[in-house]
Amino acid sequence: MHELAVCQALIEQVERVARDNAARRILSITVSVGPLSGIEAKLLEHAYPLAAAGTVAEEARLVVVTVPVRVRCRSCRAETEAASNRLLCGSCNDWHVDVIAGEEMLLQRVEIETADEPVH
Amino acid sequence: MCRDCGCSLGPAAARAPFAAQPATKGHIESIEVITAILDANDRIAAHNRTHFDGHGVLAVNLMSSPGSGKTSLLEATIRALQGELRLAVIEGDLATENDAARIRACGVPAVQITTGNACHLDAQMVHDALQDLPLDGLDVLFVENVGNLVCPASFDLGVHRNLTLLSVPEGDDKPAKYPVMFRGADLALITKVDLLPHIEEFSVERARDSLRQVGFRGDIIELTRRGGPGFEAWLGWLRGEVTARRAAAA
Repeated sequence: MHELAVCQALIEQVERVARDNAARRILSITVSVGPLSGIEAKLLEHAYPLAAAGTVAEEARLVVVTVPVRVRCRSCRAETEAASNRLLCGSCNDWHVDVIAGEEMLLQRVEIETADEPVH
Repeated sequence: MCRDCGCSLGPAAARAPFAAQPATKGHIESIEVITAILDANDRIAAHNRTHFDGHGVLAVNLMSSPGSGKTSLLEATIRALQGELRLAVIEGDLATENDAARIRACGVPAVQITTGNACHLDAQMVHDALQDLPLDGLDVLFVENVGNLVCPASFDLGVHRNLTLLSVPEGDDKPAKYPVMFRGADLALITKVDLLPHIEEFSVERARDSLRQVGFRGDIIELTRRGGPGFEAWLGWLRGEVTARRAAAA
């Protein structure tokens, strides 16, 4: 259960975004997570309130976008979805494939609220 | 201190609490960021790698389940390479200093990181351990990670090579059950093969297939710490990596 450590790293990044943009609160945080990152979306969601407590992100909604594993076959060039423990081409069953999605563990987007309407 | 079960929040608890804001409507912005969540860990890992490269040291991370033979392999390796390569070990463990004591008994410097209840090592822990471990004159630094087939896989430590051990008593389907750990390894060691005659459920062929299916593309060595051709192949792999590291540093 390393998801709390991951959440703490996430909150530190979000706090930096909040500071740089003079946010007074964070409304939502969007992350994308692939199965090959070693992170479980459900465990991330459970750990998040513990890491967010007492921070600028305390009330923020965590949106976890799970990205399926996709592979590109070196033999037949097909791009198909794959299970994380069966990285084979879905078209010709060859194991000479490159993973093109499913490894990500990214902070994508932060929705913030600043104190006032911006001055133009 | 526990970093992962939430019994104490560590660095987060030390922060000033965020003052609650009035519920008035402010200006709302959506900011695209797109950074790796473990970016801070990755930067410390890169820093560790610079340390290792600066000293021409090959750094190798060993990962596996508890009890698959990481410490025993290190003990046998130290004995076999005595007088040939200068080794040191960083030991990760939840609670005890047992493993570091075993390594020191072989005449090699060892620093123990006790992680409390944390289930993995991260780059900062390795960096802290380096403060107690002079790299001058070393050829190889082993990092023995916490015995765990899940959590250590997500944290780059800044080493040059990651090894995963799979011992015969664990079963040949471990790669299929823990794909991220095995996929990320540069070398897989099937250990305790002297037990194969007693554990007929374990098929080396199935283990190899399972490794291929999770996308593992490195070498696979079957060995026992008691010696033999597999153990010699492991020493050969290590010597080759040391030579390559020296060439890169020169």
